[in-house]
Amino acid sequence: MRINEHPILDFQRGEEITFFFDGQEIKGYAGETIAAALHAAGVRVLGHSPEKHRPRGLFCAIGNCSSCLMIVDGEPNVRICVEKVKQGMQVETQQGKGCLR
Amino acid sequence: MPALKEIEVLIIGGGPAGLCAAAAAADLGAGVLIIERDDKLGGQLVKQTHKFFGSRKQYAGERGYQIGNLLIEQCSTKAKVEVWSGTTALGIYEDGVVTAEKNGQHLKIKPQKIIIATGASEKMITFPNNDMPGIYGAGAVQTLMNVHGIVPGQRVLMIGAGNIGLIVSYQLLQAGVDVAAIIEAAPTIGGYLVHASKIRRAGVPILTSHTIKEAYGGESVEGAIICQLDENWQPIPGSEEDLKVDVICLAVGLSPLTELCFQADCQMNYIPELSGHVPLRNDYLETTRPGLYVAGDVSGVEEASSAMVEGRLAGISAAYSLAYGKDVAPKLQAEALAELSELRAGPAGQKTMQGLKKLMEKGGAGC
Repeated sequence: MRINEHPILDFQRGEEITFFFDGQEIKGYAGETIAAALHAAGVRVLGHSPEKHRPRGLFCAIGNCSSCLMIVDGEPNVRICVEKVKQGMQVETQQGKGCLR
Repeated sequence: MPALKEIEVLIIGGGPAGLCAAAAAADLGAGVLIIERDDKLGGQLVKQTHKFFGSRKQYAGERGYQIGNLLIEQCSTKAKVEVWSGTTALGIYEDGVVTAEKNGQHLKIKPQKIIIATGASEKMITFPNNDMPGIYGAGAVQTLMNVHGIVPGQRVLMIGAGNIGLIVSYQLLQAGVDVAAIIEAAPTIGGYLVHASKIRRAGVPILTSHTIKEAYGGESVEGAIICQLDENWQPIPGSEEDLKVDVICLAVGLSPLTELCFQADCQMNYIPELSGHVPLRNDYLETTRPGLYVAGDVSGVEEASSAMVEGRLAGISAAYSLAYGKDVAPKLQAEALAELSELRAGPAGQKTMQGLKKLMEKGGAGC
């Protein structure tokens, strides 16, 4: 959910764009990360661990922890908490450790 | 871009420590390059909406993100400071070459002096299901909320009543999110009472001698079982309470991001009071690897105010070692050292002082 009124901050959002998450169209704003846009759309489960298949979510949000790896425009293991959304981007949940195509 | 970028002072990390180091070194005449992995400078200041305490010299009274903007502006006006953002340092080699990545490109830098100001990362604690979606580090909640304007959920359990736990709880309330409780394993609140009072006035209970027993839920957090601890930090049977929350926020401390220090073969010591492994260094923040300095949380977790002064001290020292500012540098170093002592003189600084003492004792005469 997005904050629209805040006592201190005034959020300057970029241009509205659309991207795809596992084929589903999602709205975001230019300048924000993929993780932020997914969160705003209510997506909290970002993948499953390779061995025990436990759900994985956002944890550090600054590119430290690797809990949020996804396939972005065909490239696996992208840290979506630091990767910015772009118009038409294809974001997919990753199975296993990912492989380069 | 040349195959090998030569520079007098390379600063790794563009947060409060790195920015102050850059400004100080450039003011004395040294050529500076800052590399920062994020697209924006400012480090974690960008998400701090609270007003800082301390003295005017460390921008007390200003909000964190405003201080960040001020420091960025200060650096941007200096011709001697070059900034590569979106650039991640990868390695420091024996011959002094530092490698980095930017937009998939492999870059090589040959600095005469290096200042590592990489900051810290969040600590984790152990409890069943601590890996579930809906469990965030406090910094992540701040990033979502204060940078992107997105709430992490509807109802939060905050773990840790240090300053970060208290401040982030208050920020959650400001963003319209319900905070079920703040729990703290220690018998007392660790953060400043002025923050704690604000939270309590808003009706949020702060439960000391409490811990989390487990998180539960299907694919993401639906609740948490908390319990009370006795004077030996053992759970008291029957004291369990079930809190329906969809977010668990961990504010259980930070640990220094020292990978580059280890890799550069700096002598490291484990000092709990400084929150983990930290490099041994002299008063002027030079490590056991000559020409390599540290500043800010990477040298021991403290607050942004001391990180800024440490940055300035490291910047002055690095420039001075390159023969810049011969007349003024010793005086500036003494001023920075005095400011650090002043900042650490209060009760909150005691832990740091003990840690530094321990670090020096462990280090022996080598430094």
